[in-house]
Amino acid sequence: MEKVTGSNGDFAVTVRKKARYVDEDLCTGCGACAEKCPTTVPDEFNMGLGKRKAIYKYYTQGIPSTFCIDAVHCRTFQKGKKCGVCEKICQAKAIDYKQEDKILELKVGAIVLAVGYDLFDAAKLPEYGYGRITNVINALEFERLLSASGPTEGHVERLSDLRDHELIHSGEKKLKKATKTLGKYEKKHKKSSADFYKEFTAGNISDGDEFAKWAKQYESVQEATKKLEALKAKAEKFDVATRLAFIQCVGSRDFRFNKYCSSYCCMHSIKEAMIAKDHEARTDAYIFNMDLRTVGKGFEEYKVRGAEKTGLNYVRGRVAEITQDENENPIIWYEETTSQTPKSLTVDLAILAVACEAPKGIEKIAEMVGVELDHNRFFKTDPLNPLDTTVPGIFVCGCAQGPMDIPESVAQASSAASRAAEAVAGKA
Amino acid sequence: MEKEELRIGVFVCKCGSNIAGYLDVEALDEYASALPNVVFTQWNLYTCSDVGLDEIKKGIKEQNLNRVVVASCSPRTHEPLFRSICAEAELNPYLFEMVNIRDQCSWVHMNEREPAMAKARDLIRMGVAKAALLEPQEIITSEVEVRALVIGGGIAGLTAATSLANRGFPVILLEKEKELGGMLRSLNRLAPMDVDASEVISKKIKEAEDHPNIDVYTGAAIDKVEGFIGKFDVTFSANGTTKDVRLGVVIIATGAGNLVPEGMYQYDGQKVITQWELEEKLKIGKIDGNNVVMIQCVGARSAERQYCSRICCAVAIKNAILIKQMNPAAKVYILYRDIMAYGVENEEELRKAKQLGVRFVKYDPERPPVVEEDKVTVFHHLMGKELELPQDMVVLSTPLIASEDAVKIANLFRVTLDENKFFLEAHVKLRPLDCATDGIFLCGSAHYPKDVRESILQALGAASRASIPLAQGEIKIEPIISTFVDRDACRGCGLCVALCPYGALEIEETDEGRKANIITVACKGCGVCAATCFRHALGINSFTDEQIQAQIHGFLAA
Repeated sequence: MEKVTGSNGDFAVTVRKKARYVDEDLCTGCGACAEKCPTTVPDEFNMGLGKRKAIYKYYTQGIPSTFCIDAVHCRTFQKGKKCGVCEKICQAKAIDYKQEDKILELKVGAIVLAVGYDLFDAAKLPEYGYGRITNVINALEFERLLSASGPTEGHVERLSDLRDHELIHSGEKKLKKATKTLGKYEKKHKKSSADFYKEFTAGNISDGDEFAKWAKQYESVQEATKKLEALKAKAEKFDVATRLAFIQCVGSRDFRFNKYCSSYCCMHSIKEAMIAKDHEARTDAYIFNMDLRTVGKGFEEYKVRGAEKTGLNYVRGRVAEITQDENENPIIWYEETTSQTPKSLTVDLAILAVACEAPKGIEKIAEMVGVELDHNRFFKTDPLNPLDTTVPGIFVCGCAQGPMDIPESVAQASSAASRAAEAVAGKA
Repeated sequence: MEKEELRIGVFVCKCGSNIAGYLDVEALDEYASALPNVVFTQWNLYTCSDVGLDEIKKGIKEQNLNRVVVASCSPRTHEPLFRSICAEAELNPYLFEMVNIRDQCSWVHMNEREPAMAKARDLIRMGVAKAALLEPQEIITSEVEVRALVIGGGIAGLTAATSLANRGFPVILLEKEKELGGMLRSLNRLAPMDVDASEVISKKIKEAEDHPNIDVYTGAAIDKVEGFIGKFDVTFSANGTTKDVRLGVVIIATGAGNLVPEGMYQYDGQKVITQWELEEKLKIGKIDGNNVVMIQCVGARSAERQYCSRICCAVAIKNAILIKQMNPAAKVYILYRDIMAYGVENEEELRKAKQLGVRFVKYDPERPPVVEEDKVTVFHHLMGKELELPQDMVVLSTPLIASEDAVKIANLFRVTLDENKFFLEAHVKLRPLDCATDGIFLCGSAHYPKDVRESILQALGAASRASIPLAQGEIKIEPIISTFVDRDACRGCGLCVALCPYGALEIEETDEGRKANIITVACKGCGVCAATCFRHALGINSFTDEQIQAQIHGFLAA
C-alpha cells in the first residue's frame, strides 16, 4: 500500500504489486525450478533454521501456489553472474526476468487493517541468553522444529546439534576437495603425501614454492580430519532433545518492555509441550509461569489433561537467568515460588514464549491511512467499538489490534467484514 | 431408457516429477487404454495446466467421451477444477472420477517403484470401474428467505440484530424476559472504559427498538422449529399471541446464567455474596465495613466444573478497584489461583488494582480458604504460611454457567452443546461462529463466558456470517448427498431419521405408506443413513453400493 485518499465509503488506494518474476498464470507450482536453483538462502518461514532457494514459495501451502524469485539473492539479478537455470528448467515457460512492479489503483468503500504482529526480540533480555546460548530458542522456532514440513521433519533437536551436523556436512565437502588437491601432488611426484611430509619436515627436500604448498595442504587436511573426527564422535552421542523448558512472559508482563499480557502464549507453550511429548515419549517438559492463563473454551481442561495424561510440569516462578553447561545445555535458574525454593534445572532446549508486538512498520501504515495507535503501538480502538479505528470506514482485526489467538482472530475477521459491509451500505 | 455406449477417457498426469519421478506414467497410460470401456487415454506433464485442461475438453468433444477419469493428485486440490472443465465441454461434471496416484501413491512409495506401479494400476482400474457406473447429477439450489431470527436480546443479540438491520436485512429479535438488555441491565460499571453498564445497554436497546428493520418481541418463547437453512419455519409466542414466521438464518445469542454457590464458603447472600450481588450493592453505592475478601474460582476449575469462566478475574479486579476508589481505607484481598488478566486492558487493570493497594493472595486449591464469622483463613501459597484476614464482607467469584434454556433451544434447532452445555461451534479455529447445522450461528456468552467487548465482537462476526446466505438469496448444494436407490424398499422405520446428525431426514405418510423423506438442502452427504439402512433403500450419489462394489471388483480383477 503506497497511498490512501478519500473517506468512509469512498477510498482510493494505491497498491504496489511487487514483481515476482514468475508469471502467475503460467506457473503450475511444480517446484522443478527450486530443485535446480543453485543459490541457497536461509529460509525465513522456518525462522532461518532451514534453507530455501532463490526461487521459492514462502511456504508449501502458500496461496497462490506460484513461485517467486528473490532478486536480492538470485544470480541472474546480481550483476556479472550468468545463471538462468530456472528459465531453462521451467517447462511452463513461466519465468519472466523482465517482469516489473505493477501499480494498482483501487476504489474501495472500506478498509480492513489485518497487518498482524511481530515477535518480541528476546535478545533484549540478556539474562536469558537468546542469541548467545545456542540452545535457547523462541516459541516460533520451536514450532518449526516440531513441524513435519520443518527443517528437522518434526524431530526436536538441539540447535547446537543441528549446527554440528551442518559443520560435519560442510567439513566433509571441504576435506574431499582438499584431498583431491593432495592427490594431484601425489600423482605428479609419485609419492604419498605422508611420505613426502616426513621427508619434508626432516629437511630432506629442498625448498620450493610447490613443496611448501603441498606441505601446508597436507597439514590442513590432517587438522581438518582430526576436527571432523572429533565432531563425528560428538555427533554419535546426539539424541532428540527430550528435556524442555518453556519460559513464559518473555517481553510481556515486563515493565522494561511490554506491560501487557500476550494472551496466547500460555496455551501455545502447553500445546507445544504436548506435541513434543507426542513425538517423543521420553520428553520431560517444564512450563515456567506466573499465571497459566487458560481462559478460552476448553483451555483449562487442556491444561489439566496436559498435567494428568501427558505429565507436563507446571512450575510457578519467573525464571531469573539462563546459563549453559559444558555440553551447551541450558541451565534454568529460578525460584519455585510455591515452595519458596531457589532451584536450577538443566535442559536440552529452553523455549522462550516471546511477546506478541505490533508489527514493524505499523507507524507507517497508521500515518498513511491517518489512524491513531495506542500506547502499545497497536491500532487504537474503543472496547465498545472494538473493530473501529479512529477513522470512520477503516477497521482492524487480528493481532494488529492487540494480542489474540486464532479463534478470536477468525471471529474478529468476520466482525470486521460486518463493519466494512455496514460502511459500504452507508451505515457505519 | 436405452443405455448409451460407455466411452471412458483416462488422463494420466506426470505432475512434473512429482508422479513421473517415481512412476512410469507413459506405461500407466498404456495400461489404462486396455481397460474395459476405455476408448481414449492421454498423459500430460500437468493435467491441471491450461494445456492439460484443453486436452480433456478436446477429448470430450472429439472422442465423444461420456466419462472422464483423471489419475493425478488429490480431489482436494483439483477435483472442482476438472469438474468445471467437463462442464465447459458440456459433459455433466458428476461423470468425472479422480484417481489419486500422487499423494496416495508416488509420494508415499518413493523408493518402491515396482510395488508403486502395481498400486497405481490398481487405483486406475478401480477408478475406471467406478466411472462406468457414474450417473449425472444436478447442483441443487434452494431459495433463502431474506429474514433473520436473533434469539436473545442481550448485548450480543442486540448488536447482531442491529448490524444485520443496518445492512438492510429484516430481523426478528426474540427476548424471553419482559425487557431487552440481558445481563448488562444488572451490572454496575464496565472496565476498562469505566462507563455505566446501563447507559451502554440503553443505547443499544434504543438503536434496536427504533430500527425499521427490526421487529422486537419480548416475553417470547419458541414453541416449534421446522425446516433448514433458507427456510426455517419458527412458531413462537410472545405476550399471549402466537406467530408463525419463515426465516433464512438464525443467530443464537441466548447468553449465560449465574452460578448460585449454595453451600460453598458459607454463602448466604447477605454477608457472603457473589460478584453478581456485589454489582447491585455497588450500583447503589452501599458497601458495609472496611474489610473485603474476594475468593476466585468458586465452583469453577474444579472436579464438577472444570472450565475457567474467563471473565471473573477481570470482574473481581474491576470491583476491587471501585471499592478502593469509593473507600481508600478499605482493605481488599483477592484470593486467587491464577490471575486471568489476559490481554492488554485486563493486565492494565490488574496493575492499577495493585497500585491502589488491592492485595492478591495465591491460594492452593488443595488447601482452599476457610470462611468464618468474621475472618477468612487462607494458606498463602507463595509465602508458605497461613493468613487470617478479618472480613466484613466475602465476595465469591462464581462462573457463568450455561443458560437454563440452552438444552431446549439446542433441541429445537438440532444444534449441539458442549460438555458444559454451552453451544458448540462447527470448528474451534476455522468456524468459531457457526453451528454445525447450516444457517445457524452463535455469539456471546451462549458460546462461552465473554466480556462486553468480546460479545460485541462475536455478535458482529455472527451477523457477518449470517449475512452471506441472506445476501446471496439462494444456496447451492453439492448433489453428492443421500438419495433413494430403492424407494420401494423403505418401510419408514425411522432408523435413519434418528441417526442423521443434520436433521436431513424425516418420516412422512405417503400413499405408499410410511416413507423416509430426504431434505436435500440439509443433507451433508456423510452417508450414515445409507450405512444403517438395512433395507438398502438409501444410498449416496456418486458413492452408491454398486459403484463401490464395482471398485472392489475392479481391484480384485487384476
